[in-house]
Amino acid sequence: MKPQSTHGKPGASGIRAGLTGTSSLKSIDWPALLATAPFFMFAIVMMVMPTAALLATAFVDKQGGFTLANFAEIVTPEVADAFMASAKISAVTAVLGTVLGLVLALTVGRRMTSQKVKAAVMSFCGVASHFSGIPLAFAFIATLGRLGLVTVFLRKAFGIDIYAAGFELASFSGLTLTYLFFQVPIAFTIIMPAVDRLSTQTREAAEMLGATATQYWRFVGLPILWPTILGALALLFANAFGGVATAYALTGTAVNVIPILLYAQIRGDVLHNEQLGAVLALLMVFVMTVTISLYLMLRVRSERWMK
Amino acid sequence: MKFVLRYSPWTIFAIAAVFFLMPLFSTAEFSLSIRRGVYSLDAYESVFLDPEFAASFFYSLIIAVLTIIFGTIIVVPMAYYVRLRLQWLRPVVEIFVMLPMVVPPIVLVFGYLRLFSSSSVLPLADSSAGASILLICGCTTLSLPYLYRTIDTGLQTIDVQTLTDAAGILGARPFATIRLVIFPNILPSVMAGAFLTFAVVMGEFVIASLLTRPAFGTYIQKIGMSKAYEPAALTILSFAITWGALAMMNVMTRFSRRAG
Repeated sequence: MKPQSTHGKPGASGIRAGLTGTSSLKSIDWPALLATAPFFMFAIVMMVMPTAALLATAFVDKQGGFTLANFAEIVTPEVADAFMASAKISAVTAVLGTVLGLVLALTVGRRMTSQKVKAAVMSFCGVASHFSGIPLAFAFIATLGRLGLVTVFLRKAFGIDIYAAGFELASFSGLTLTYLFFQVPIAFTIIMPAVDRLSTQTREAAEMLGATATQYWRFVGLPILWPTILGALALLFANAFGGVATAYALTGTAVNVIPILLYAQIRGDVLHNEQLGAVLALLMVFVMTVTISLYLMLRVRSERWMK
Repeated sequence: MKFVLRYSPWTIFAIAAVFFLMPLFSTAEFSLSIRRGVYSLDAYESVFLDPEFAASFFYSLIIAVLTIIFGTIIVVPMAYYVRLRLQWLRPVVEIFVMLPMVVPPIVLVFGYLRLFSSSSVLPLADSSAGASILLICGCTTLSLPYLYRTIDTGLQTIDVQTLTDAAGILGARPFATIRLVIFPNILPSVMAGAFLTFAVVMGEFVIASLLTRPAFGTYIQKIGMSKAYEPAALTILSFAITWGALAMMNVMTRFSRRAG
């Protein structure tokens, strides 16, 4: 942008523009709409169109006609396995992540009185929830890989060989552990404000009325927390389902999940089976849409308690 | 009245601390042990002396800056007018802003490769300059939710209507109002969003990799395939970048709250 309007003529048009702001409810507000045009153009050309064009190919056969056959063709053992693996890793890390995030939030928010500890945990979680992908995978290889610090320490100090015992970082359990490094912090970040809202007053009020701890959680605590907890669950599921980089760097293609399958498909031979990729992408977008909508709906519900 | 569950909060805290700090500690230790028996910074030296490191780092840096500038240019006027006069557009904007959460980066880049392929009207994916433009667009899409959220929150803390009226009465055109009045007032919020965007772009891998761009994320991945200690050094570096960017974001957020 060029700095030109500093010496531009302040004139009637400027004042008119200022005044229309208060009196243009009836007619369409063209100047304002024009200013939003770059955003909408970008959103349509660079977000909606590429996605729509890709997803549309899922319904097109090699000759260009409409078909649903691609969906039947996609149900191969490989894709079914990948889908199951994706669903499993997303579900397991979402549940574990939410539960551990909740425990951490309750511990930090209610059992510990130190505001400093809380602030430190919150800012660490802010960083950790953005620390995923390739570097995270390397960090876990340095920790629990075959030559990782913890692996070697356990073997030398206690004679425990976790690899002999069947552990493998490039596997489902290894991937789960690695995903928890960002899943728990994300859950914590979502749940912590809700735990803060469970103010001491509600607890005191419940106690005053003679509620036991179980009754308090059953009738006061959980009803306030559950939309947030379920929302965290949905968001974590979507987050694990859509991510590629962490799994790719950790396992290569050893763990067959949908995003990795799609990555390999694009990387290797897109034109080999154009429709296969499109159907996989459609599948991903469908799952993401369902879970993210769920998250947004639950977030609206959980915000009812906020003042 | 006692808790049903009896546990020491510090036990939980310690377990969490070990789980979260151990990978960082191990990586740091690993990055220092390239020489047998002694700790040294040789792995870092090796990384910093690699010309490809500097090239990819600055490439991503430029992409990040351009993404921030581009994102700010398209989001600020939109968010400003939606708040000022186009309230009815808000639900539509919310949907567009949520799209990047629903469309994973891998699907987005697949769509780019399809729509802007060599046989299309706009074969951006064919040239390296075109692919860089696609990468900026992809990164802008990824950071759109953050950028919009922080900018909109910034606009909420200032009196948009009064500032606009005042600027209008003084003769400012709408563009000048945004540039000289609104933008400086929400600058801390824009910066907060910018730092978050910076962290996201510097760590971005999927889009850059599939567009075969020499970005920092793809460089880290490549080094990971061929070397042992250097990836650990790069991981520490990458964590430091994320940490620094988010710390700056927190500073800016605090600053914008005070201003508001």
